[in-house]
Amino acid sequence: MTDVHGAELAVTVIGPDRTGIVADVAEALARLGANLTDSTMTRLRGHFAMTLICTAQASATEVEAALLPLSADGQLLVTVRDVGADESAHNGGLPYLLSVHGADRLGIVATVTRVVAEAGGNITDLSTRLVGPLYLLVAEVDLPEGVPGELTRRLAQVADELGVEVNLRPAGADVL
Amino acid sequence: MSIEGWDITALGAGRVLPVVTAPEPVLSRVGEAVDPTDPQVVALAADLVATMAVSPGCVGLAAPQVGVSVQLFAVNVTDHPKTATLHGAFVLANAVIVEASRWRPGREGCMSVPDLTGDVKRAGRIVVTGELPGSGRKVTITTDAFEARALQHEIDHCNGLLFLDKVNGAHAIYQRKVYL
Repeated sequence: MTDVHGAELAVTVIGPDRTGIVADVAEALARLGANLTDSTMTRLRGHFAMTLICTAQASATEVEAALLPLSADGQLLVTVRDVGADESAHNGGLPYLLSVHGADRLGIVATVTRVVAEAGGNITDLSTRLVGPLYLLVAEVDLPEGVPGELTRRLAQVADELGVEVNLRPAGADVL
Repeated sequence: MSIEGWDITALGAGRVLPVVTAPEPVLSRVGEAVDPTDPQVVALAADLVATMAVSPGCVGLAAPQVGVSVQLFAVNVTDHPKTATLHGAFVLANAVIVEASRWRPGREGCMSVPDLTGDVKRAGRIVVTGELPGSGRKVTITTDAFEARALQHEIDHCNGLLFLDKVNGAHAIYQRKVYL
């Protein structure tokens, strides 16, 4: 395996889903010697979205230029940015799972995540789905010790205002 | 394995009721305890069995799913490939989990959340107490594997909880691809 400990680059790609998007992007990066590290790639209502970090000797400009042909037909939107080295933002909190579901309306994510932020909670992963009239949010949150009780009360309050159900619970550690 | 004193035919013929789907508020309310000998409760038990029977792939149905916020549900995991211990088709009122162990994740769906499935950690072995509709007889059921999962899912319904409230993580929810 080649040593590719260069600069860290953040790459985003989004466009209408078709076969081969991942292969096209990954090939272009591999040709440049850019090594994919963490990524999420998923389909969001017919759009395919890739967010990834890679380490590369090439600069952001060079990588963007190499990916340019992919966006030439105007279908895929590609961005490349230099990002700092991996400095984990882990705040030493305890892992919790937050589920929110109810009738869709404006501001569910905004209201709920603001309450989490005000409690010092750090969202590490979040997905939402809208299926018919049902809106669903599931988030993984790191919470400082002593916070969950008060946060649960506060979440119940805003859930009531929004007319949704909120459930905050410890993410069970998978210790064997 | 059968439940002593249980005869599903004694419930009589039930009606097939419409199943409500999220975000219907009744699904998020804690169901009230019922008198299992009340004829209305027995009729509702028959309705749950009838509705479950005509719903493809349905292995359990709780009263809140037909719009009635009470502690009553039907279960039938007969013929399911993941079933180990089996008690056949039965209905329980006021059921409570008194022991739970062997926790493991598994994929669940729900007639009240028709478009999604999710990974939920459930106990692989449980002891449940409850009352049989009709006689009101108190029973203790010890079960495992798929029947245990189905019972936990239905008891959650009776307490106003959906599998969405218990999914394992932000990526543990899936758009359903196959409708049974």
